[in-house]
Amino acid sequence: MTELKIDSLHFSYTSDARVLKGIDLRLNDKTTAIVGQNGAGKTTFVKLLKGLLQPDEGVITLNGQDTKDSTAANLAKYVGMVFQNPNDQIFKNKVVNEVMFGPLNLGRNERDSRDKALAALKKVGLEHRSGNNPYDLSLSERKMISIASVLAMDTDVVIFDEPTMGQDFAGKETIKDIISELRNHGKLVLCILHDMDFAAEVFERAIVFNQGKVLLDGPSREVFANKMVLEQAFLEQPQVMQVAQAFGLEGSYLTEDELIERLKG
Amino acid sequence: MSIVDVEGLKYKYPDTDKLVLDDISFKVEKGEFIGLIGRNTAGKSSLCFALSGLIPHFFKGAYGGKVLIDGAEIKQHDMGEIAANIGLVFENPFSQMTGSKYSVYEEIAFGLENIGIEREKMISRIDESLELLDITAIKDNNPFDLSGGQMQRVAIASVIAMRPDVLILDEPTSQLDPQGSAEVFKVVENLTNEGITIIMAEHKMEKVSQYADKVLLLDNGKIIDYDTPANVFSRDDLLEFGIAAPVVTRVAKALGIKDAQSGEYPVTLAEISRENW
Repeated sequence: MTELKIDSLHFSYTSDARVLKGIDLRLNDKTTAIVGQNGAGKTTFVKLLKGLLQPDEGVITLNGQDTKDSTAANLAKYVGMVFQNPNDQIFKNKVVNEVMFGPLNLGRNERDSRDKALAALKKVGLEHRSGNNPYDLSLSERKMISIASVLAMDTDVVIFDEPTMGQDFAGKETIKDIISELRNHGKLVLCILHDMDFAAEVFERAIVFNQGKVLLDGPSREVFANKMVLEQAFLEQPQVMQVAQAFGLEGSYLTEDELIERLKG
Repeated sequence: MSIVDVEGLKYKYPDTDKLVLDDISFKVEKGEFIGLIGRNTAGKSSLCFALSGLIPHFFKGAYGGKVLIDGAEIKQHDMGEIAANIGLVFENPFSQMTGSKYSVYEEIAFGLENIGIEREKMISRIDESLELLDITAIKDNNPFDLSGGQMQRVAIASVIAMRPDVLILDEPTSQLDPQGSAEVFKVVENLTNEGITIIMAEHKMEKVSQYADKVLLLDNGKIIDYDTPANVFSRDDLLEFGIAAPVVTRVAKALGIKDAQSGEYPVTLAEISRENW
């Protein structure tokens, strides 16, 4: 079992503004969504987990090992992260080379890396694009390429920063499948989301960030039913919950099917 | 006369075989808010480019038919003239930043400088746009030091400051948090009250159904439907076009709740609250 333990984490980019003000969390192999408004510190938090930033105060341990003792390069074997903006991540001129870069970098041989890359491209539905230049693809396709690049590395921890950005219905379904597959393989999946419906439907646990702190942490069913805390964090409840309330229902509904069943019954 | 009049528009990108816009015809009246929906690759961004002149002036390729904005044919005018009347907010705000300005304030001024707005007017328009998008606090920051959400706000502000007659937005809220995207929809709706016409490509169907006067559904470069949100989202074949109706409509469909007179399903929360189900 993979476990990330975060104790009293503080971070600031500049001396005048604290971004993270004391985060304490245990993350294990459940799927977890992180929600919060722009500027709440979500991206900064996951960059710290990945070792791209160093804490000012506090400790992050991965399976008992202080991540401060590892270099970002070493940590990359265990922690994979899909960036919010695929343009920050993609740099090769051929899709397959881009996706192979991770496994090659981790020391796998050419053939193994290519197999991993092609398998990952298949998962995101872009196998047919393996010979293209990533910059000839649309933004939503580039986002999928950046997801494939991280899947190909087969890390124990997989972090997504807004994976549904720019995705249509089919794209979201693909990402849903990828997340449940990762979960079934025992991976620790952590995902920053602005899409509350997606968060409620797909993730077992939800953490609400607000102004550099954790405002609420718990099972998705409880977190997304807590209208007051969500509003305090400038978030809204998932549509399914809003529709349930419009029908005058109390209780917590995470998926459309749950709600329909309740209304029919 | 309609402010936007598209007749038989066809287009394919250079070195490709497929028409990305295939015989598109529709009209938009002044002050209307049109939601442009469809799966990725349906042709939404290409249509945005064609309405704003990037097709055919920047993207070459094969072009047929006509796009008239306020009676003027896009193809016959150069980008400089078009830019004064039509604004486009790109899908990726990174693409919108000029890269030649060191502050958000200057970035927003760029378009206004280009069309020769006088100083006093520029200052008031910039301040107003900063205020509207709630980014006054970051006006001195470097545009490239911003988060995705902040940059998206700057991109929108820089186009709104130009006061275009027609404002085209290509998924302008993709990187914004729920409150931010609600604000953008409200700002844009207010612009329609000033007579600005809005065409917005968007995947958030709940917002489209709440704010748009009409919905244009594209698939495979063709118009599948162009009607009120209630009519478009009541269609039974939406999934075939890669679209899921708003949750409220899907739930209503499953329960058979529809307006007895019109036969339409509810598409907003407000409607379902009114229903006597």
